[in-house]
Amino acid sequence: MSHIAPPAHWRRAKERYRLLGSKCENCGSTFFPPTKVCPKCRRKGKIAQTEFSGKGKIYSYTIIHSAPKMFEKYTPYILALVELEEGPKVMSQIVDCKPEEVKIGMDVEACFRKLFEQDGEGVISYGFKFRPADNSWKTSY
Amino acid sequence: MRVGIVGYGVYIPRYRIRVEDIARVWGHDAGSIKSGLDVIEKSVPSLDEDTATLAVEAARNALKRAKDVKPSEIGAVYVGSESHPYAVKPTAATVAEALGIVPNTTAADLEFACKAATAGIQACMGLVRGGYIKYGMSVGADTAQCAPGDALEYTASAGAAAYIIGGENLVAEIEDTFSYTQDVPDFWRREGSLYPRHGGRFTGEPAYFEHVIKASKGLMEKLGTNVSDYNYVVFHMPNGKFPLRAAKILGFTTEHIQPSLVVEVIGNTYSGSSLLGLAAVLDVAKAGERILLTSYGSGAGSDSFSIRVTDLIEERRNLAPPVKYYVERKEYIDYALYARNRCLYRG
Repeated sequence: MSHIAPPAHWRRAKERYRLLGSKCENCGSTFFPPTKVCPKCRRKGKIAQTEFSGKGKIYSYTIIHSAPKMFEKYTPYILALVELEEGPKVMSQIVDCKPEEVKIGMDVEACFRKLFEQDGEGVISYGFKFRPADNSWKTSY
Repeated sequence: MRVGIVGYGVYIPRYRIRVEDIARVWGHDAGSIKSGLDVIEKSVPSLDEDTATLAVEAARNALKRAKDVKPSEIGAVYVGSESHPYAVKPTAATVAEALGIVPNTTAADLEFACKAATAGIQACMGLVRGGYIKYGMSVGADTAQCAPGDALEYTASAGAAAYIIGGENLVAEIEDTFSYTQDVPDFWRREGSLYPRHGGRFTGEPAYFEHVIKASKGLMEKLGTNVSDYNYVVFHMPNGKFPLRAAKILGFTTEHIQPSLVVEVIGNTYSGSSLLGLAAVLDVAKAGERILLTSYGSGAGSDSFSIRVTDLIEERRNLAPPVKYYVERKEYIDYALYARNRCLYRG
């Protein structure tokens, strides 16, 4: 994946920027990436756009030491499946966290980062990554 | 019609480098640098952070404090920076998209060295008061550039502050604003250049002090106020020394300026600098207290604001992380990791 055409970047920008997924208003199931059809309700389903809170837990993770070219500069990095509090599982890097600190079940929150850039002259793709949740500011300050 | 701050939010990356670690690489004397600048360490962005990501994080915090504001009600988004990720493609549109402010809004990137975002606040004030928009947002964000080994390397840091301006539900009213601008070649970066150049000591008297002092005095003359009317004063913070000296020249005490002086431990966040200082004051100020804010941008100009804190501050300030949280959330890195994070190696 050395080249991302601008339309491919643009098509996914909204969901990556705001963690926009979809929800079936018939059965309540939530989806990320967004779907157009509810796989449970089929034609009875009613899909609507929903913005996820960005809160979740690490469902599983791995440490990447040998990465695709566009992620090489971040190695070693944590790649995790994050289970959002609304249900869907999303794949994301975990940032502001050392590989030895990450744990399954860890509370995480979405943040906004650069995902990848093609080279010095190409489009920069931004979007969500996750960092360890830190609510200490609510009580300590 | 009143106009003022409806919400404010900040963001500072978690990495720090100490003055000692930079001085060791270049053979400089860390002690004299620290005492000369009144800066002991500075913030450093991660590899995947830039001005756009910093601006989005700060803007999201501002929106949390402005809890009555729907993103769709924000009719203008301005991002002031001298390190926009693209030469052509607006950071402001990325911020607007990431906050769901799109599509019915105006947006633009502003540049006036370290003061573009206070010019953005003035633009929002005018649009709100003129009835063109309900709310506007101005963000100051930078991942400040500096040539390796240059004196700027000890202070050029990263951070962002965002302000939502409106006419109701104010946490602080902006009573008036006054600006002072002249063509002064104290600091610049030419198109295509990686790093800025500066005039060394010339950045002091004819540049920073001339504009900060004259803008502050001009505002107080316009309003008929004087130093004793203000509880806090906030200036642009290129280092720890300049704002203290400007405060003293105007007759303010150290107590007036101390709550805003975050530069000692995070460095000069350029476009975020004076607005991070203001946020630090809003984090502690009481209802009814008055703040004098004067930014400075090389080139050169200052925007001065007279601000009065309202009762709403108490319930709103705890809705997002305070400046102190971000200042104390840190991890030290050495010069080699700093060079990696700032992409100083070119292969």
